[in-house]
Amino acid sequence: MTAPVTVEAVTHRFGAFAALSDIRLEIAAGEYVTLLGPSGCGKTTLLSVLGGFLEPGEGRVLIGGQDMTHVPPAKRPTTTMFQDYALFPHMSLADNVAFGLRMAGVGKRARMSRAAEMLALVGLGEAGAKRPHELSGGQRQRVALARCLAVEPEVLLLDEPLGALDLKLRRSMQDELKAIQRQVGTTFVHVTHDQEEAMAIADRIVVMNAGRIEDEGAPRRIYREPRTLFAAGFMGEINRIPARAVAGRVETPFGPLPATPPAEGGALVACLRPEAVSTAPAAFEIGPARVRDAAFFGTYCRAHLVPEAAPDLTLVAHLPPDALPEEGAVLTLHAEPDALAVFPEE
Amino acid sequence: MRVLPWLYLAAGFLFIYLPVGVLVLFSFQEGTLPVPPFEGPSLRWYAEVLGDDDLTAALLNSVVVAAGQGAVAVTLGFLAAYGLARHVVPGTVFLRALLIAPLTVSYLIVGLGLLIVVQRAGLGLSLWTAGIGHVVINLPICFAIIYASMGAQQQNAERAARDLGAGEFDVIRLVTVPMLAPAILAAYFLSVTLSWDEFIIAFLLTRFEVTLPVEIWSMLRSGLSPRLNAIGSVVFLVSVTAVVLAEVLIFRRRR
Repeated sequence: MTAPVTVEAVTHRFGAFAALSDIRLEIAAGEYVTLLGPSGCGKTTLLSVLGGFLEPGEGRVLIGGQDMTHVPPAKRPTTTMFQDYALFPHMSLADNVAFGLRMAGVGKRARMSRAAEMLALVGLGEAGAKRPHELSGGQRQRVALARCLAVEPEVLLLDEPLGALDLKLRRSMQDELKAIQRQVGTTFVHVTHDQEEAMAIADRIVVMNAGRIEDEGAPRRIYREPRTLFAAGFMGEINRIPARAVAGRVETPFGPLPATPPAEGGALVACLRPEAVSTAPAAFEIGPARVRDAAFFGTYCRAHLVPEAAPDLTLVAHLPPDALPEEGAVLTLHAEPDALAVFPEE
Repeated sequence: MRVLPWLYLAAGFLFIYLPVGVLVLFSFQEGTLPVPPFEGPSLRWYAEVLGDDDLTAALLNSVVVAAGQGAVAVTLGFLAAYGLARHVVPGTVFLRALLIAPLTVSYLIVGLGLLIVVQRAGLGLSLWTAGIGHVVINLPICFAIIYASMGAQQQNAERAARDLGAGEFDVIRLVTVPMLAPAILAAYFLSVTLSWDEFIIAFLLTRFEVTLPVEIWSMLRSGLSPRLNAIGSVVFLVSVTAVVLAEVLIFRRRR
């Protein structure tokens, strides 16, 4: 089962602190959306509003076209997978998974066979009789997922579901989550502060900061053409090149950029990703730069470079891994003009 | 070497358990006085105790009062703890203090107060009034034990249960109580043992039917006898059984 979600102008305050300010969001049925942002940005608050654990001060939440703003969690077609999994320690895994069906009045035989089916879906088909404390963190996480999916929710809400796992397990669980979502077709809304996780898993990323949506779109678009400076910085490392708007053009220490300035007058920032800095010729020339240090990172060499045109600036570049640049060497740097995104200085 | 600490430990336990040991030993006395020299062993006094209708009736009364008041105290204590831990109640701190306050009042004062109230209300003294008195002293203990063990872990599980469609009654029945079972059982067994050997309140609030400590008291007035040792041993055995039962039940659940 699956349904679209609409968030209409939701605002919520905790005392004087605005946790959510005028959030508007459309999530299509069957979409995998991640809410991405630093801690305190309001992403978990928004998830609580979707799950019904928090009634927003203003605005509406529609699930499958129906107003759910004041409907309690038990009556919503959503289930939430909590950060600490919140499994019932006194029940077997099968009873945990079957709990929602038991509450819905499904008979014992039917719910147990459904629980076995869901446990098999998450790769724990043989473990139905075990207790949660016998499992590893990754396995508990799978049980929590099976428990949420057993009631066939239209929307599954995941609150930092991979936060407690180590990095390797996290990366493999990402793939699994995505595969399971494809299989069941349910709308997934996933909260995380890890942008790699968000990019690996999401159809669409919603970047949040200070209770607002900074940017939303496909991972590739947000990474390459972020709408705000915050989104650019949160999605990955950037070089911030100071710039100014002069006569309808963007002036940088390395010469003008063929871009229209976002604001006339005032200071601007041109953002350039480390991997967009190249020694191969391209339309925008940064010019000669001295290598301050460089290190081999496997798939690239990471170098700090001081450009001659702006000696007080240090650029980070990810250069091809085949040759480690020597310290003190002078390289001529280039970038494609498309790779530079220009924002007003904040 | 490390003899001194062991000596100290042995002395400590000797101090605690010697009186009980002597009591139990002389319950097996053959003669009519529970004083050395020890003659026996004999089960004579146990036979006499168990053949005494007044004593066995008092013993049964004590069991019923202890079990009943324990159930009431635990139920009330749990509901108070759940309400205060899970809901925003105005004046939580004040209510909590009010619930715990009876712990600081002596049993004599609690008993006297209840005696006056019961007399004025025209209710007769009975095992019921003694049971009520024991609920008054045990409710704060049950509340404190259960309240202290209500943590974030249960709260999250309760939230998950609600999210999966459970109503409030199902949340308590299927999630909160099973998860708090160790604390609830500990509170129950503690209040049972406290009621089992409580004397002052039972003495003040009973009349014709009495609990075992009150019966023992009336027997004491006619002097020492190995009969008392035998009853004391039975009382001790019941308390030990309750404690062992609690340990087994609670630790088995934790594992």
